[in-house]
Amino acid sequence: MSKLTPSRHSSSEKGSGGLNRRDLFKATAAGAVLASVPLAQKESQATPVKTSAHIVIAGAGAAGLSVASRLAERFDGAKITIIDARKAHYYQPGYTLVAAGLKSKGYVTSTTKDYLPSNIDLIEQAVQEFDPEGNSVTTASGQKIKYDYLVVATGMILDYAAIEGMDTDRIGQDGLGSVYHSPEKAEATWQAMSRFADEGGQGLFLRPATEMKCAGAPLKYTFITDDYLRRRGTRKKTELVYAAHNKTLFSVPIVNEKVRMLYLERDIKIIPDRVMTGIDLSRKVGVFSTPEGQEEIPYDFVNVIPPMRAPNPVRYSPLAWQTGAFAHDGWMEVDKKTLRHERFDNIWAVGDIAGVPKGKTAASVKWQVPVAVDQIVATVDGKTSDSFYNGYTSCPLITQLGRAMLVEFDYQNNLVPSFPGVIAPLEELWITWVMKTMALKPTYLSMLRGQA
Amino acid sequence: MKDLDLGTLISVFQEMMGPLFWLLLLVAIGGLVAFGFVFLREGKLEGARLIRSEIIGVIGGFVALAIMAWVTESGFTDAGGPVDWLLIGVIWGIGLVGVTVLAYAIQGVMTIRRS
Ligand SMILES: Cc1cc2nc3c(=O)[nH]c(=O)nc-3n(C[C@H](O)[C@H](O)[C@H](O)COP(=O)(O)OP(=O)(O)OC[C@H]3O[C@@H](n4cnc5c(N)ncnc54)[C@H](O)[C@@H]3O)c2cc1C
Repeated sequence: MSKLTPSRHSSSEKGSGGLNRRDLFKATAAGAVLASVPLAQKESQATPVKTSAHIVIAGAGAAGLSVASRLAERFDGAKITIIDARKAHYYQPGYTLVAAGLKSKGYVTSTTKDYLPSNIDLIEQAVQEFDPEGNSVTTASGQKIKYDYLVVATGMILDYAAIEGMDTDRIGQDGLGSVYHSPEKAEATWQAMSRFADEGGQGLFLRPATEMKCAGAPLKYTFITDDYLRRRGTRKKTELVYAAHNKTLFSVPIVNEKVRMLYLERDIKIIPDRVMTGIDLSRKVGVFSTPEGQEEIPYDFVNVIPPMRAPNPVRYSPLAWQTGAFAHDGWMEVDKKTLRHERFDNIWAVGDIAGVPKGKTAASVKWQVPVAVDQIVATVDGKTSDSFYNGYTSCPLITQLGRAMLVEFDYQNNLVPSFPGVIAPLEELWITWVMKTMALKPTYLSMLRGQA
Repeated sequence: MKDLDLGTLISVFQEMMGPLFWLLLLVAIGGLVAFGFVFLREGKLEGARLIRSEIIGVIGGFVALAIMAWVTESGFTDAGGPVDWLLIGVIWGIGLVGVTVLAYAIQGVMTIRRS
């Protein structure tokens, strides 16, 4: 019954609001599916706190918008300003489905304004400078904005320039893929991968050695490519190679073991301690650093995932970690439970920018936002909050088209399944796939509106 | 897993289906009300009509599964564990019961209007 045809792009696959056939059909099983979506806690529905404080949110992505929506509800009289130059909003967890040929780029693209509460000011510029001592931020046009409280939610940057020879304009050509780049390039990656699946050859997969968002995504895309090759009868003349940045595939040991066994079963070759430093697009070889020196690995298709770092205005500001593992790439120095800055007590970080050991996913954002908001509201109200973030992260790890493993874990690498005994965390299940394809986007959008 | 309240569920469903969510809710409630009306009016379940409705309902169950397969670009051949079979059963069941009730109600209302 699985019927995955290469281009099932339908214009009806856009967000909410449109009445179309597909929407109609979604209703049928929605009840059953929804019962299976991990939903985070709702903050205490207390009466709004009266204040005239000015709260500035830098970044209007998943975390910034969710924080804005919730703060708008929790305060009465506060001035809330959100700053982001990007007008488009991207549902990034959907990039994998776009690059798998299952969704079009319209599925992941909307606009920031769709989710913004009316009583919030939007400044469509980037923050260029953070001055935590002076309690102000300065935008790209030089506009200085003072704040009483600051939430930093700028996400991260993809440092393609760190890979010598990489040219993002060529994604989609000559076997070059890069799912992470953008909705357009995720679609271009699908075209390159689909051609590869028709012809076979050597497929090269990898991840950066830095912190990264959704560390499961590189693994998923390898599984998806493997499945397409099998469906098109080209798997036998194909070698799939996964270049791991260290000796593991995933930071949570029990998940790592499971993926290792699945890779063994699917005949995906793992080569450890390989970090991509360059690429030769005309010769089609990846250049990797290894403990023994430099190594070239040829490919017919590659999914390049560049190093990820804090955006420069954060990275080179006093907000960043000054020492330790998170200092090099400039992640923000916050307490891992309260998400409050360790040195500036009127500043919080939410989402990918937070320098905490786990949780660069939208699922983490969902759990971080209520905590940060509770902490901020309590602080403004002169109280303390006992709302803490435990490192919760989740990843529907697609292992083939039609099946995924729902992997949920915390700071301690404990598995924290939402449905113990019902949805087994390390089992490849259709229900998890159904969640990923049907329920995650609506849950994400509800989160942006502060309703999930 | 913390509390999952009704407001959250409604919000998520609305994101998923848009205005259609409310339309379907109306159809479901309308179907139940009409069924109740027919049952109270006739004072019994009409055997032949019920069997006809159940037959249509069985088809409804399969249609529900086909729709799910289409929406998720996958299907029951992808089932990997007991919970998947449970989900398939639930989807089929929702299709069956929903369509049976609707079919019974529509036929009942038509009979009542004719007489
Ligand atoms: C391919 C891929 C697959 C993924 N899969 C999953 C998944 O399956 N499950 C999951 O939970 N998560 C997944 N994620 C991760 C998830 O999308 C991110 O963790 C989430 O979007 C983080 O939210 P954020 O608000 O921190 O960052 P973003 O959503 O990236 O938003 C950051 C915002 O900050 C803005 N910004 C940047 N710099 C500045 C500045 N100087 N001033 C003002 N604004 C600025 C940007 O323009 C952007 O709008 C995936 C991500 C990718 C790329």
